[in-house]
Amino acid sequence: MSKAILYDSTLCIGCKACEGGCAERWGLPYNDKIAAEETISAHKLTAVETHGERYSRRLCMNCQQPACASVCPVGALQKTALGPVVYDADKCMGCRYCMQACPFQVPTYEWDKRLPKMRKCDMCSDRQIKGKQTACAEACPVGATVCGERDELLTEARKRIAEKPGGYYNKVYGVQEVGGTSVLYLSAVPFEQIGLRTNVPMEALPETTWRVLELVPDVVSTGTVMLGGIWWITNRRAEVAKKEGRRK
Amino acid sequence: MKVQFPKITVWRAIFAAIMLSGLAATYLRVMYGLGGSTNMSDKFPWGLWIGFDVMCGVALAAGGFTLVAMVHIFNVEAYKPVLRPAILTAFLGYSLVVVGLLFDLGRPDRLWHPLVMWNPHSVMFEVAWCVTLYTTVLFLEFLPMVFEKFGMHKPLEWIHRISVPLMILGVLLSTLHQSSLGSLFLIVPEKLYPLWYTPILPLLFWVSAIAVGLAMTIFESWHSSRAFGRALELPLLASMGRVLAVLMSVYLWIRFLDMSHRHVFGLLGRNRTETWLFGLEIALMAIPAVLLFQAKVRMRPGALYACAVMVVFGVITNRLNVGITGLEAGSGTHYFPKWSEVAVTLSIVAAGFAIFHFVAQNFPVFEGHPHEAALAELEETEEDPVVV
Repeated sequence: MSKAILYDSTLCIGCKACEGGCAERWGLPYNDKIAAEETISAHKLTAVETHGERYSRRLCMNCQQPACASVCPVGALQKTALGPVVYDADKCMGCRYCMQACPFQVPTYEWDKRLPKMRKCDMCSDRQIKGKQTACAEACPVGATVCGERDELLTEARKRIAEKPGGYYNKVYGVQEVGGTSVLYLSAVPFEQIGLRTNVPMEALPETTWRVLELVPDVVSTGTVMLGGIWWITNRRAEVAKKEGRRK
Repeated sequence: MKVQFPKITVWRAIFAAIMLSGLAATYLRVMYGLGGSTNMSDKFPWGLWIGFDVMCGVALAAGGFTLVAMVHIFNVEAYKPVLRPAILTAFLGYSLVVVGLLFDLGRPDRLWHPLVMWNPHSVMFEVAWCVTLYTTVLFLEFLPMVFEKFGMHKPLEWIHRISVPLMILGVLLSTLHQSSLGSLFLIVPEKLYPLWYTPILPLLFWVSAIAVGLAMTIFESWHSSRAFGRALELPLLASMGRVLAVLMSVYLWIRFLDMSHRHVFGLLGRNRTETWLFGLEIALMAIPAVLLFQAKVRMRPGALYACAVMVVFGVITNRLNVGITGLEAGSGTHYFPKWSEVAVTLSIVAAGFAIFHFVAQNFPVFEGHPHEAALAELEETEEDPVVV
């Protein structure tokens, strides 16, 4: 069983209480100026976006099979059984491959620091371990962001669509996108209209590189035998030619 | 005793200017971090230092493994005279890639982390291991030049004893990481422009690396023959030019087939930056491929050199397209390197040229040529433009 977040944009009133709760949990400064920023960054790990009259939230999707964790050369990023994708800053060497690989452009970097870290939402991993809700879900006054078991939230999301078919776009975002995410979205309009990416692949991204990486042992074993064999033949041929040349 | 200052020449002045700008950029990088020294951003996390210094640096250093394979494994004795310069270029190339990484990594002090903290599912992890091991192999392949210079016969013997497994290891490691630099981008199917994104990126990177390795060898030989007043090994280089033509044709054919299977030719009708950059890249590879098939072109040093240069720039354009420009649209942002990024890159390239010149002058790099004679000739040609 893994935890997830369900964000229902039809309920969201754009109060940004989730941003405040998130900042508090991370110990990041939060004021009117930062509240006005609509993009996530190293000092703002979730952001409420305005799309006309509608609102949407950006935060780490905590993918079921995260690209960031698969590409990290030092294993600083891990998908936990509980659901969150967590980051170990002590391992990170700052190659920023996670940022490049993330299909949602979520990981951000402390560009101006001398000893920078990557920053991203980790679905309040420490709070979830203690059985508490995420800070954003706790802060939300209208229940637009709720936190719970992924299966249950998915059932809940489908129930909402079934009960009010006119009020929702008939899909839950995050079920299949990049092989499934731990953040699920409901919307009244097609997802691209609230700023979500609909061009992401429906397969898990780590597959794309693993298909090649799993060939490495084959390349090494076959390559060694082939190169060694070719060397032996050409070398032998040269030796023979040398000896025959001497005899003449 | 009179202290003799080196003569000031145009090229030395340019070299000094580049190195000074690199020094200023290094100050910026150390004091103000990546934010103060680069134009990278959250949406565009890899810039010139990865796109050029690492991706092009590794590709241009491919001559080392290409020639080692040809001379020692396939036993093509004829190519032996250009083997050592190729190994030297590769060794310098890889060392400079590491220098580039020290600038690019957010925590350069943790460069060694992948060696201890493993994630075998990461392409970058594989590249890190291969590059580390291969740089070691190149160092060992370079050592004989040092041992010979100082007449150290014992160590020379030891190295010779392990040379065959060492060479096979080098070729394997190169195959793995040259292709893996392409695999790095398999994880971004929705970001990389479809003219470049293909599941066979690793194969394309590997074939083009072999080709550019040969092109770089021709490039080096031409310059060193001018810098050190050596006779150009024309028949050898011409035959290499023919292999290059075949390789480039194979490469372009694979690319054509791949594009037709992915049905992306329609994209070429769009008037976008990507279309033009793609056109430039293909032209820089196709033109020399066609020209090099003609013996007349191959036997003219100037034309042969021009073809090699075109291949080099074609592969550079390819790596920059995959690593930088092809990712811009998909990342929803524009990136243009800051002056300090360019300054560091230029300094690294200039340092490469200078160190090559120094080593080639002082160590037996060019075989079959009396060392003392080379030195004597150096006096008059030292200020030659591109010193390599």
